Amino acid sequence: MSAAAERLSGLDAVQFALDRARAAGAHSADAVLAESDSLEVRVRGKEVDTVAQSRERTLGIRVFAEGPGGLRSAVTSSSDLSRDAMARLAQDTVALARETAPDPTAGLPEGGFARELPDLALFDPADRALTTADWIALAQRAEDAARATDPRITNSEGASASTSLSAICYGSSAGFAGAYPSASHSLSAQPVAAQDGAMQTSWWACASRTVAGLETPEHVGRTAALRTVAQLGATRAPTCDAPVIFDASAARDLLGNLIGCLSGYSVYRGSSFLRDKTGEPIANERVTITDDGRKRGALGSKPFDGEGQPTRRNVLVERGVLRSWLLDSYAARKLGLATTGNAARHAGGAPSASPTNLWIEPGAGDLESLVRGLDRGLLVTGMFGQGFNPVTGDFSRGAHGFWIERGERVRPVQEITIAGNLGAMLASIEAVGADLHFLGSLGAPSLRVARMTIAGA
Amino acid sequence: MSNPNTPAAAFGSRFGIGSRELERALGSALEGPIDYADLFFEASTQDSVSLEDGIVKSGDRHLIQGIGVRAVSGEKQGYAHADDITIEALQVAAGTARAIASGSPRGGSVAVRGAGVPTQNLYPVALAPTEVPVATKVALLDAIDRYARAKDPRIVQVMASVICQHRNLMIAASDGAWVADVQPLVRLNVQVIAQGAEGRREIGYQGAGGRRELGEYLQPAAWQPLVDEAVRLALVNLDARPCPAGTFDVVLGPGWPGVLLHEAVGHGLEGDFNRKGVSAFSGKLGQRVAAPGVTVVDDGTLPGRRGSLNVDDEGTPTARTVLIQDGILVGYLQDRLNARLMGQQPTGNGRRQSYAHLPMPRMTNTFMLAGSDDPGDIVRSVKNGLYAKTFGGGQVDITSGKFVFSASEAYRIVDGQIAEPLRGASLIGNGPDVLTRVSRIGNDLALDLGVGTCGKDGQSVPVGVGLPTIRVDGLTVGGTERA
Repeated sequence: MSAAAERLSGLDAVQFALDRARAAGAHSADAVLAESDSLEVRVRGKEVDTVAQSRERTLGIRVFAEGPGGLRSAVTSSSDLSRDAMARLAQDTVALARETAPDPTAGLPEGGFARELPDLALFDPADRALTTADWIALAQRAEDAARATDPRITNSEGASASTSLSAICYGSSAGFAGAYPSASHSLSAQPVAAQDGAMQTSWWACASRTVAGLETPEHVGRTAALRTVAQLGATRAPTCDAPVIFDASAARDLLGNLIGCLSGYSVYRGSSFLRDKTGEPIANERVTITDDGRKRGALGSKPFDGEGQPTRRNVLVERGVLRSWLLDSYAARKLGLATTGNAARHAGGAPSASPTNLWIEPGAGDLESLVRGLDRGLLVTGMFGQGFNPVTGDFSRGAHGFWIERGERVRPVQEITIAGNLGAMLASIEAVGADLHFLGSLGAPSLRVARMTIAGA
Repeated sequence: MSNPNTPAAAFGSRFGIGSRELERALGSALEGPIDYADLFFEASTQDSVSLEDGIVKSGDRHLIQGIGVRAVSGEKQGYAHADDITIEALQVAAGTARAIASGSPRGGSVAVRGAGVPTQNLYPVALAPTEVPVATKVALLDAIDRYARAKDPRIVQVMASVICQHRNLMIAASDGAWVADVQPLVRLNVQVIAQGAEGRREIGYQGAGGRRELGEYLQPAAWQPLVDEAVRLALVNLDARPCPAGTFDVVLGPGWPGVLLHEAVGHGLEGDFNRKGVSAFSGKLGQRVAAPGVTVVDDGTLPGRRGSLNVDDEGTPTARTVLIQDGILVGYLQDRLNARLMGQQPTGNGRRQSYAHLPMPRMTNTFMLAGSDDPGDIVRSVKNGLYAKTFGGGQVDITSGKFVFSASEAYRIVDGQIAEPLRGASLIGNGPDVLTRVSRIGNDLALDLGVGTCGKDGQSVPVGVGLPTIRVDGLTVGGTERA
């Protein structure tokens, strides 16, 4: 193989790309190499439905070129890691940057790079011993458990298992190079139940850095099945104003709506309803929201962020008061603040400000105690649709769950919407459960909002 | 031997992949219990330039290339993909796909026909949008920014982007099929934020695109109306009042509100859900699922449209498929696997996001045919209801049939007259039921401007939707006010 066609790997590839960018005239540059090997299997009934295996390596380069009015930047990516292809990509990136316009805020973080890379328990080498047959067996156990839970489970979309081993290598011409491996495994089940000619489906899933950290396949299948059959016979709730309880998974979905509004990018663009609320109460004092990139073994953990900055623990909302945004160096400079170590970086894009592991801190009592404490209202166990306006906080999404009377679930409900303003909803959270539950890097406990408008029958 | 000017020849000369290599790889993928195998090659370029805060932030360019090999045995699919296009990677992936689908280590033999050119050419472009100089795109975004800010002093933020894609793909299958296609795609997005009294802010969006030359969008006559519309929408919403909650007769405007069909009906008619029997439409072929007069089609053959394709990602030519004929369910959207298992014909709807994904049945351009009613008469026919003119996104639960989608521009209708604008309106309903409530169909069928992206099972593909003005009786509207 000729030297030009030789493929480089790891930090060698990153360093080579940076050298070529500098040689092509870049003012500064950073590069990330993302490598992953993954397997995904799906079982349906007694049959294997899909087995998909992949190996991917993508190099992303960002360069800054000097010009009148400030630095200009470009971002490129490719999976061709031969020396000559990388050299060409670096050259093209510099040429592309020169064609764009100056941005006075553009640039790499000049310092503050992660000095030590702690072991965050992001993989267990023993997990590599699992074969494709082992992963199929795990998915089959989840599927079998789901189907065996209740005779009304008559069909399914199947159960899936996936595993991936990744490595991130990052280097910056400002003086940082680092790499870390990580793993991610997941299990999920989606059974279908039928009764009186109507069908329902629901799902349950878990994800972990280690196989040992996964819920058992039996628990995944059975939980999915119980959530599915519980929805059989659902009708619409009456159109009314009522208190609404979100179970932990629905609360996590709600938290997902809030996250974009905490990103520094939406703040400087003026597209977050929270944009001018720093230091002010934005939620009930029961609500504390934490982002922590160094939570051991967690799916959002990493020793450094997408710009080589150390990850850390940031309290975003402290007993209801807005304390911090999610920032990378660009958004931080725009707002005159310091980065919070929240730069997320894919090989195929510029950094953005994203959460690492983000959750609402737990309070007291479980979901059942919240339900028992509700005289009349709605328990939401799932939401769908995109009815959230981050600029105004207006919220109106589809929901399903249970109608509650005198502390009891009296019937399942579906085909309803719940509407309010996220700001008002956060301010009127009157109970936070202790049942904090994570899926992936987001976690929430169950919550009760004092009043929302329900549209139904 | 293939014609040197075809897309397939481009793969041959660039990557050294010709008929011999395809036959060897397909032979490796095919053996014993394997019913079918295919190879998917992709070499795509995607670039984007975006502006916000008056500044063009960055130019992006991404090269996406790789191969995917699939082996199908009964309902079981083995898939392996790699991100380099080499003969070695192809052989390894082919052997892996076969082994995971059949457990068999040995291959079979295949002969591919000459490389095909798609029988239709729906998107001829002289200049690929990714070849247009970045400086041209930067100048367009700057012009949009200045024009939007000059239109109204209440515009406090402008975000705009130009996204271009140039997708080269080649598909070879164990039944001898071999075809390649080149798919251009452009999209222009304009989003503005307006600030009104007491600091209240609202957002307005408009976009357009398709499988066309970017040059068509560089003329002020093409992009100014998009900015005008985004600005108008933001200003209208500054004055919007909270939407009432309850049951109303709803008039849907023409064009993008066709997303209702996409969510409420289209997904439920995809072959995979029906083969598995998990769709609310399962087993309803031949039954009434819509009011008389309602005809819904999926058409991948419309020239230049965002959802159109010469061939789908399995090499099947796209088609016009009637899903609902005069209210009766008559067809499903099929890829090859589900068509075979259901004893039907593929409809050219087997699509995938990239070489890294398995194909599945997906929509192309989905719309309702025009009726004969005057749109103004339809609005005047409603005593107390809603006029929904533009939508954000929607979502459906295929199995229960429940769907929801959100209006980004809506008005109250009082005594047949369009009254005040409403904000935060969402519509919810049941797929197999909603089209039975259609009581008026307008003569003004319009397709959307080319901005739709559909997500399914983690894969995104570009789609189109369309609708004439229609009246739907008794839809549940979600809002914050008690009616």
